[in-house]
Amino acid sequence: MSAVASVGDADRSGPWAGALLALVSAAAAAAFATLIPEISRNEAVAAEWAWAPALDVSLAFRVDGLSLVFALLITGFGAVISAYSISYLRGHRHQTHFFLYLALFEAGMLGLVLADDVIALFAFWEVTTVASFLLVGFETTQKARRSAWMSLLITGAGGLALLAGLIWLGLVTGTTRISEITAAGGLGGHAAYLPITLLVLAGAFAKSAQFPLHIWLPNAMAAPTPVSAYLHSATMVKAGVYLLARLHPALSGTDFWTTTLGLVGGFTMLMAAILSLRQKDLKLALAYSSVMSLGSLVMFLGAEETVAAAAAMTFLIVHALYKASLFLVVGSIDKMTGTRDLDRLGGLWRTMPMTSIAGVLAAGSMAGFPPFLGFVGKELKYEGALAIAEEPAPLAAAAVIANALMVALALAVIFRVVLSRPGRTPKTPREAPTLIWLGPLLLAVGGLLFGVAPDLVGRTLVQPAAAAMLGAPAEIKLKLWHGVNLPLMMSVATLALGVAFHLAREPLARLIARLPGGAEAIWDGLLDGVQTGFAAVTRGVQPGSLRTYLTVTFLAVAAAPLAGLRLAGGLPEASFALTEPQALAAAALCAGGALTAALAHRRILALAGLGASGTGLSLLFLTFGAPDVAATQILVDVLLLVLVAAVMPRLPELPPRRRGRSRDAFVAGAVGLAVALATLAATVGPFDASVADAMSARSLPEALGRNVVNVVLVDFRALDTFGEIVVVAAAAVGGLALLRRTRRSPA
Amino acid sequence: MTSPILQAATRLISTLLIVFSLFLLVRGHDAPGGGFIGGLVAASSFTLLAMSHGVETARLALRLPPATVAALGVGAALLAGLIPLVVGDAPFAAVWVFVGGPKGEGLPLSTVLLFDFGVWLVVLGAVLGLVFALEEDA
Repeated sequence: MSAVASVGDADRSGPWAGALLALVSAAAAAAFATLIPEISRNEAVAAEWAWAPALDVSLAFRVDGLSLVFALLITGFGAVISAYSISYLRGHRHQTHFFLYLALFEAGMLGLVLADDVIALFAFWEVTTVASFLLVGFETTQKARRSAWMSLLITGAGGLALLAGLIWLGLVTGTTRISEITAAGGLGGHAAYLPITLLVLAGAFAKSAQFPLHIWLPNAMAAPTPVSAYLHSATMVKAGVYLLARLHPALSGTDFWTTTLGLVGGFTMLMAAILSLRQKDLKLALAYSSVMSLGSLVMFLGAEETVAAAAAMTFLIVHALYKASLFLVVGSIDKMTGTRDLDRLGGLWRTMPMTSIAGVLAAGSMAGFPPFLGFVGKELKYEGALAIAEEPAPLAAAAVIANALMVALALAVIFRVVLSRPGRTPKTPREAPTLIWLGPLLLAVGGLLFGVAPDLVGRTLVQPAAAAMLGAPAEIKLKLWHGVNLPLMMSVATLALGVAFHLAREPLARLIARLPGGAEAIWDGLLDGVQTGFAAVTRGVQPGSLRTYLTVTFLAVAAAPLAGLRLAGGLPEASFALTEPQALAAAALCAGGALTAALAHRRILALAGLGASGTGLSLLFLTFGAPDVAATQILVDVLLLVLVAAVMPRLPELPPRRRGRSRDAFVAGAVGLAVALATLAATVGPFDASVADAMSARSLPEALGRNVVNVVLVDFRALDTFGEIVVVAAAAVGGLALLRRTRRSPA
Repeated sequence: MTSPILQAATRLISTLLIVFSLFLLVRGHDAPGGGFIGGLVAASSFTLLAMSHGVETARLALRLPPATVAALGVGAALLAGLIPLVVGDAPFAAVWVFVGGPKGEGLPLSTVLLFDFGVWLVVLGAVLGLVFALEEDA
């Protein structure tokens, strides 16, 4: 209901932005559809642009069966979701922003599945993470913020692991091109196989919400419902699945791969299915069922067998169709009735007929009733689970239980929400606007149509996708009726179990509520721990005493050159003598000024001493032929004195016998000595004048300037100077901000 | 600090300092000087004004807020770096124009001078931003 709650100035350009995005997405989907004939012959379409040639990274794109399935899902669903959101978010203040974020996501996700370069893939991967963050936090409530942060931190951390894994993969295989990496075959025997796989899996599991990183996905339901349908069920969360399928030829085929994916995926599937039964909030129940689906996809990707690949690819399409449709239906119900609570909804077939038809069709596919595509997918899943050579029995049993729980959820949608007596909803239900019921209905009808004629997607999409995933041609035929076999028996068992779960929903939900949970509590504890931990570190490192900071900084300044000298083998033989009388006088002025500053008991005197010392220094520069440096030195000195003098009235009087004076003298002496020794040591080595000579020689003919220092600053190295003045300006702005702060709260 | 002598002297000196700072800026390419030193001299001129006549007077004399001056400086330097792109050269390459004469004789104008002017503005704005804020505090 949050979408309608934020009423404000209506956003007039919002609907137009949505219409534009819907049209562009639909056009893109049509363009991708034209590639189907070519791709279904197991060919690939490629395009390439140079991006960072120095790093051998290029923007290479490649469409094969796997990419095409995802590209069609992304663009096709993008069109449906955009059209839906025009009406769903009508009148929202930030509707245009919403479509901007959605477009950002769609572009990023499309880039992710089309990229043929691991670095480009990673960049697009991060774009989808950021877009997801923006969309989850779209309603800027406290809850939405927390959820957005959680999704960003978990998927972002996974992204970092993935980057490391991909770079390592590139180093090991000698190429960043994905098609070349996968064509080279399995890496199973390589020494770096295990760390690379672990890093890649961390990224994929975080993105695709595998246990125990799944907690962000149910929280991400704080996003507007079309976002949940699009990002958090149909596309983005499947990026991890995509990655595992994409790198399948390179990383699969080991016991580690099969066991890890089977265990993590299987456990996630079962756990999420059980947790979904506990939810009274329909949207949350769907979220957990999405986690369940992702778990079963991951489980199938662990296998080598063609039938498992076919199961994964078919279920990918099935799930996207029915789950997005159901999410959109729930969004519509939420908008029209004011609630998503299973206990309060009922009898919507009378008041919201079109929405109800979409809901029932999608639920039928989710439950896997014939003749929906869901039935085909479920049969394949069972066949795939049985085909996984290692331990088929537990996986198959887990799949049956998880699917039975999905049946129970589907039955709840059909019998409690759509049929049954009218519920007690906050608003009197009425049919949603056409744009809102049309999208989910289209998707749900798609699930029915492809179920009746499964080969429509089987040969065109599933077969090439499975071939791309396995790295070898695959022969796959999808059929609605397989005859009486073991999978069919399992389907019957699933249905019976599902009905039982549905009837025993209340007691079961109470039982599940007693299960140990606490992943959320651990997460919050982790965040709190990080904050308190770093607060303690900050208190330790930054006690707030300027004197301490300066002491530490200057000691480090003294230690660095001394350590350098020590490493270089002690003090070199060097001598230096001042002979010119004016240089001697200037040096005396320097030393006298410094001593005065150190011994003075009043600040104004110390300041005068510093000024004298600076003047002496600039005179020294002048005697040794550096008028530019001398002028800069004296001007900086003058302005620094003015600044210090301006601050001085605010400082307390110096106590007559200052404590820590000998310590300050030690630090100052150490810095002076260290810098002097280092400078002296630097004069010993042979001076390479080639750069200086070249600059001097080129100065007049090439840069039309006789002052080499200036020519270097503003011409030869102008970009460096530009960086420096940006720093100067930024430092001044930062200093001003600090001064304003202290003025507002006088300490 | 209200001293009639300082105030009277400032009226002359501050203007002279500005002229001198521009002189340093323009001659910088061939002789000691340049945007950085020039900017510092200009900043001391306004600092003198702030100390003798008050920060408010100095702010009025500067006309723009110091942070804006610094930002304009960055903009001028960036512009100088982008102009070569228009004539088909690499960014931050020098472009020279000689007004009213052949190369080396006419009035030399260059992106280098614009760049140095940007440096001049940044130094002026950055220093004055801090000086004004601190003087107002005191």
